[in-house]
Amino acid sequence: MALDPGFAGRTYPPTAVYEVGREKIREFADAIGDPNPVYRDPAVAQDLGHRDVLAPPTFPIAITWPAALVIIDDPELGLDFSRVLHAEQRFVYARPIYADDQLTATVVIEDVSERMGQGFLSTRTDLVTVDGEHVVSGYSKLVVVGAAEEAQS
Amino acid sequence: MIKFADVAKGDVLPAQTFPIRRVDLVKYAGASGDFNPIHWNERFAQSVGLPDVIAHGMFTMAEAVRVVTDWCGDPGMIVEYQVRFTKPVVVPDGVAEDSGARLTVTGKVSAVNEDGTVRVDLTAMSGGDGDGGGGEKVLGLARALVRLP
Repeated sequence: MALDPGFAGRTYPPTAVYEVGREKIREFADAIGDPNPVYRDPAVAQDLGHRDVLAPPTFPIAITWPAALVIIDDPELGLDFSRVLHAEQRFVYARPIYADDQLTATVVIEDVSERMGQGFLSTRTDLVTVDGEHVVSGYSKLVVVGAAEEAQS
Repeated sequence: MIKFADVAKGDVLPAQTFPIRRVDLVKYAGASGDFNPIHWNERFAQSVGLPDVIAHGMFTMAEAVRVVTDWCGDPGMIVEYQVRFTKPVVVPDGVAEDSGARLTVTGKVSAVNEDGTVRVDLTAMSGGDGDGGGGEKVLGLARALVRLP
């Protein structure tokens, strides 16, 4: 199946609520090897003016990437996950994610194109609290290797 | 903590070198939920044409920004962060403490904006001498926008 530019603008329903939690943030900080106490100690975070421990800048990917699998699983788009490469990532933060956040992720396909035999998908995933406060948006550019070739076969 | 008034275009941030071992990729897979076997299974990685297991791009992205968060003192000051994954970081297996890969990250203030933000451009090199010399550039357009007090 060719990558259909008509999919640009497609918005998927918000995910179930993701409860962040101090231990998940600690686990993520441990996994990236970052000993910064602001990711672990509420008192240190509060000294910097934060209400609770905050998550490292790339933590949102642990929520946005699984949420974005809805695109790969979309039967109408027909992507082959083994051909999808992560080419670019950007985060735009309204504020950091806090341990007590309850977030939903809404995935949008912003752009779809094909050139030189490869497919390109630009996606945006908005993380919003259950009270409707926008926290961060993750923008991913994905390359679908051999998309056109696949379409012709 | 760094103050906006003290920062000038061209300022160089303290560089850092991050060792990346196989165990780090396994831990990152668990914490992030990205279990793609190219990040832990040599046999699979080679079957799809890679020289060996490669680090998660998002792991490299997480390490690179530590140069910024350690410099500014509060990760909550970052308002935007982006990278392009241009080359994979190959992480060989080994039993020695210094096995695996080394990622060296340098940063430079590329803009001081009127709205109180500064832009930091990052360079991430895999391999090399650990001081930013030699090696291969693994991220492109890596930059963070930071709102300083």
